[in-house]
Amino acid sequence: MSSVWARVEPLLARVQKPARYIGCEDGAIAPGQEIFGPEGPVAWLLAYPDTYEIGLPNQGLQILYEILNERPDAVAERTYAPWQDMNAQMRSHSVPLFSVESHRPAAEFDLIAFNLSSELVFTNLLEMLDLAGVPIHTERRAPTDPLVIVGGHAAFNPEPIADFIDAAVLGEGEEVIAEITDLVRGWKRAGRTSREGFLRELAKIPGVYVPSMYMVHFEGERLVAVEPRFSDVPATVDKRTVADLGQWPYPKRPLAPLTEVVHDRLSVEVFRGCTRGCRFCQAGMITRPVRERPAEQVRVMISEGLRRTGYNEVSLTSLSTADFSEIEPVVRGILADSEARPGSSGTTTINLPSLRVDAFTVGLAAEVNNGRRSGLTFAPEAGSWRLRQVINKLITEEDLYGAAESAFSQGWTRLKLYFLTGLPTETDDDTLGIAELARNVAAIGHSHTGRASVNVSVGGFVPKPHTPFQWFGQNTENELHRKISLLRNATHKVRGVNLKWHDPAASMAEGIISRGDRRIGKVIERVWREGGIFQEWGEFFRLGRWTDAMVAEGLSVDWYVHRHRQADEILPWEHLTAGLHKDFLWDDWQAALHEHGVEDCRWTPCYDCGVCTGFGIEHIVASNTPPAGGSQGTGQDLSRGGLIPVSVAPVLTGGRS
Amino acid sequence: MILRLRSTKLGKIRFVGHRDLGRVWERALRRCGAPVAFTSGFTPRPRISFGLALPMGAESLAEYVDVEMDPAFGELPDPAVILPQLCEFMPDGVDVTGYCIVDRSATSLQEVVTSCTWELWGPEIAADEVARACELIAADTVSVERERKGATRIDDVRPLIIDLQPSSDGLRLIAELATTGRALRPAELAGVAFPGCDRRDVRVLRTHQWVHGDHTETGVSEDSRSPREHSTSYGDSRREVISLPVAVPASTLVVGA
Repeated sequence: MSSVWARVEPLLARVQKPARYIGCEDGAIAPGQEIFGPEGPVAWLLAYPDTYEIGLPNQGLQILYEILNERPDAVAERTYAPWQDMNAQMRSHSVPLFSVESHRPAAEFDLIAFNLSSELVFTNLLEMLDLAGVPIHTERRAPTDPLVIVGGHAAFNPEPIADFIDAAVLGEGEEVIAEITDLVRGWKRAGRTSREGFLRELAKIPGVYVPSMYMVHFEGERLVAVEPRFSDVPATVDKRTVADLGQWPYPKRPLAPLTEVVHDRLSVEVFRGCTRGCRFCQAGMITRPVRERPAEQVRVMISEGLRRTGYNEVSLTSLSTADFSEIEPVVRGILADSEARPGSSGTTTINLPSLRVDAFTVGLAAEVNNGRRSGLTFAPEAGSWRLRQVINKLITEEDLYGAAESAFSQGWTRLKLYFLTGLPTETDDDTLGIAELARNVAAIGHSHTGRASVNVSVGGFVPKPHTPFQWFGQNTENELHRKISLLRNATHKVRGVNLKWHDPAASMAEGIISRGDRRIGKVIERVWREGGIFQEWGEFFRLGRWTDAMVAEGLSVDWYVHRHRQADEILPWEHLTAGLHKDFLWDDWQAALHEHGVEDCRWTPCYDCGVCTGFGIEHIVASNTPPAGGSQGTGQDLSRGGLIPVSVAPVLTGGRS
Repeated sequence: MILRLRSTKLGKIRFVGHRDLGRVWERALRRCGAPVAFTSGFTPRPRISFGLALPMGAESLAEYVDVEMDPAFGELPDPAVILPQLCEFMPDGVDVTGYCIVDRSATSLQEVVTSCTWELWGPEIAADEVARACELIAADTVSVERERKGATRIDDVRPLIIDLQPSSDGLRLIAELATTGRALRPAELAGVAFPGCDRRDVRVLRTHQWVHGDHTETGVSEDSRSPREHSTSYGDSRREVISLPVAVPASTLVVGA
């Protein structure tokens, strides 16, 4: 392989933020002078299809980077989407996409593996392949071209990019990347002959979906069947799940960047999975069950990570960090360790993202914030108790007001509240409940300080595959605009309340892809050919490109985005599973329409969603009682913790055997 | 007490900006467990101050940073121990090549430095162009178009050009430029010195930061050895900010490779 650094270097004097392209981070692993080629190590290029600043902190990518580089027979390097200015320079000087470590051309790697965290980055995937000189269509790739594989949450419905990828990995990558590496090594040694023969073998690895091994049949608009082309290719592909997070203490050598990135701090994942059961939340549905990391391992990863990187701030990451059984001892341990550290660095700031809405959580945040009161974020998600039962985000108003009282009384002046609008069964009263909650929270704030402010952030709900809401017809752009106008009118004269909203046009484009089938691939390609890259960036996004492309392909936005799906309909991702039974999801959808909540199964009996029973795995939690604080969805004061004493939802009958 | 350090910035790392590199220094100092002093207030910042910013893309043999230590946070570190650690924790291309101890009352780096020596070269710059560029020293005025507060104006920068020399191989322009007042940036000099060349293709290396006059209180050593020896006609009362060599591995320097 050959480095293109000498050709990259002169371009860097002509672009903004050139440090994006040089690598050299602390923790980076630059491969030595191995002989690349058939006898060499399996070379992975881990690609993040957004800017360096957004991609570098990505923990999934860092974990796989390290695990692969620990193997003697593999190397892994990284690449990110070049910004527009660099892209233009590279194209005009014929410089291909390159890795940031050794600056080798992307096309010289054995695999290019993209991390897909959202749908709107799909056009960047095409852009990066094209920049790499790799044919964007899998059918046009020669045996010598790299394998293009994807993973991450947005890979759970890879049908819209089925024409462009060789394979999608469903679920967690820690174990499956080893199996893929073994297979690729064998293929390399054998001279990388038939691509199709290799892909057929690849499709047999559990968790790996090879779209080209499946035939998809449509009758008119309807999808009628998805079937494997060969009898040895599995009819359904299950996600991969690591049974015990404690066996994977990665990253051990976190990347510390040389330029500012979005999360410029150490991150340590305290648990994976979430069974709160919020019905809109794809992450909570596809990452089950809950697997906590042992508290002692968390503590070691934090102290080692801080020592190795020099950061003085750590984020304890998960989908709901206050739910970590041992959050209190872990936090106290970090503070004790940091005081014992020599020098003036004895001030570690602990960051708790994704906080639960209750007073206990605020108390925890107060303890760890080092006197800083920068801002606290809560996500009630819906404006009324009725609608919160529909979405199963079982936070009472008292929980929220208790959290607000606790925060303002402990010195915070700024709270941020996240809501969704366009949720199933949402009425204008529910929407306006958002304004009501914000007004009341601001009033609580003003009883403590005149400077109190509440920033309300409203996003348009996009239904996601593998969730109970996958059958729901998304609100139209106009309807979302109307709801946002209601909220603007209801909040614009309210002291201390500021409203922000996500662009409904972007939600609509996301909706086109989110539940799309293979026909959407042509739309993505068209948008990309029209120059529609960096679609998550407001300055580059134009809805017209998407709607024009839909028209040009003869596809209906209404049919893909706004239509309620039927019970007997075959969904485009039905042959791919996160372990959740389809009838569990359907029953949960029906329970939602009846405004019934379900409990968190990590502390209450199993309701058989299908994941643990199907995969033979189970929750790993250090405590079988819920943490203290709030009502935990029961409507009762559980501020001291303990067993949830009542059943929230009546047991539904029928539908499922 | 302030630990004043001289370091290099060479190779790929030249594309890391001044402020970004500041954060990298902070992390490296924390990893050493150095008892760095902090500002007071809700968001305490380490008391680390950097000298004159190096333009993005330029390399240097003579970057300076002042790190204030607070004995309240622990024993003052032995430079012989801490400097090799710092070199290890900083990215490739940044090596600590000198240090001295100065008092808290010392003049700041920003104020004490009065001129810098730069080397300018490029793939399309030949010896005769360097020789022609050196003739600017004989001019009465050197006009440069510069922007200030959005308005473009023509400045005479001749008084800011202290010296122009060719390197021994004739392929580099060695320029000493004043930093007092509105300093002349090397890229601005490149614009007039190599008019036929895109200034983005001109490579820049800072080799010295100079202190003129009597600045003994800053800890400037009498030792006049400097990071890279070359003769100039303006050597009278001029000294490199730090000229004491330091026993750290600085042998890996590859300049302008």
